[in-house]
Amino acid sequence: MTLDPTKLIDGIRRRDPRAIARAISLVEDCHPAAEPLLAALDDAPPQGVITVGITGPGGAGKSTLTQRLIGHYRSEERRVGVVAIDPSSPISGGALLGDRVRMMHHALDPQVVIRSMATRGRIGGLCAAAGAAVRIMAASGCNPVIVETVGVGQAEIDVARLADLTLLVLAPGLGDDIQAMKAGLVELADILVVNKSDRADAEALAMEMEPVARERERRLCRTCAADGRGVPELARTIEETHCAGPEGGLQARRDRCRQAEVLDWAVELLRPRLRETLQTMGAAKGDPRVVARLLLETVGCQNLKASLPKETQ
Amino acid sequence: MSQQPHGRVLIGKPGLDGHDRGAKFIARALRDAGFEVIYTGIRRTAEEIAAAAVQEDVDAVGLSLLSGAHNELFPAVLDALGQAGAKDIPVIGGGVIPEEDVPALKEKGVRAVFTPGTPLQDILDAFHRAVDEHRSHRS
Repeated sequence: MTLDPTKLIDGIRRRDPRAIARAISLVEDCHPAAEPLLAALDDAPPQGVITVGITGPGGAGKSTLTQRLIGHYRSEERRVGVVAIDPSSPISGGALLGDRVRMMHHALDPQVVIRSMATRGRIGGLCAAAGAAVRIMAASGCNPVIVETVGVGQAEIDVARLADLTLLVLAPGLGDDIQAMKAGLVELADILVVNKSDRADAEALAMEMEPVARERERRLCRTCAADGRGVPELARTIEETHCAGPEGGLQARRDRCRQAEVLDWAVELLRPRLRETLQTMGAAKGDPRVVARLLLETVGCQNLKASLPKETQ
Repeated sequence: MSQQPHGRVLIGKPGLDGHDRGAKFIARALRDAGFEVIYTGIRRTAEEIAAAAVQEDVDAVGLSLLSGAHNELFPAVLDALGQAGAKDIPVIGGGVIPEEDVPALKEKGVRAVFTPGTPLQDILDAFHRAVDEHRSHRS
């Protein structure tokens, strides 16, 4: 498989699954060919692509709901992209990416592009890789692109910021409604979804979340992803919420997302140099923040000095 | 990058066999050995496995089969990968497979076949080798 960016871009636009997959891998692996590839894609970005974030605690039914949404969009003849993100093991660096197993219904549909992605312990760079994957899928004609994450960590929350609008999926019996509120996920979400609405305790959860939703002027939907109930209504709510925001508002949000992505890339690109330089500095004695400032100066970030917080004497 | 995995591997069970404990065990072991494992579950067709392998840009495919249909299904997955333009992705098989069937499977292109009782490290080593080889060819 070629690594020539021009050929890959051509493949992406032709919707060749291998080209799309290779391009995403190049970005994830920080391969040198990734930059010209992304730059060329950015030259002619597709318009009007909507990115939907789906987040929430594990077990809420996100992947099952995603599969239903894919089915709905496919019934409207739309090409759908999905980036499904799962955490990497901090011990081994590996990951069990198990979201796709719930979406295998669409495995043979060439108009559905699914990529499983691990967080890889990135503090910021997850946004960068996921953002690039979204753009690659969009360049191949996907609209919408769904980004699915487990909403428990900062990295995952940052990924939700990549999206034009975010669904927070909750389910009864997980005890996670409070956790979700603590994690700030409710603030992040544009639409609250109470899934597993076939369960007896689902209505109690919905009633609990309704005032929360109302306070923040968010819509609340009830779904049962297992049998598909509530999914067309959810899709309609997504459309209405997306259109209801002022055009200026959406652009401002996208600009903020773009900025977040740029910052993430900057940190990821800087990290290896910092690590190398730190190793040449030998055993770092003294306060870590003081050493960090010295490290930045050594790497050549003098102009950052003024904006760093001053250490206390 | 903060933490690079060794590579990406897809684990799946083709055909009608629903006994997934072995596949899940291997999936977890591969994860603990530093691989990103895309687990595609039970009752997959060869075409579904190949399509997923291509979309996920994996470095190897691991097939688990306890139903005895390996002589049909393992080559079917190889064919499907070929049809999808991905015959470079190595396939490793495991499960309830009689020793006498192994040479023919290897001749058809299965990289390695593991029968019950194989030490886990042997299986992991085979994946490491297959993945490293695949990754070195595509750089």
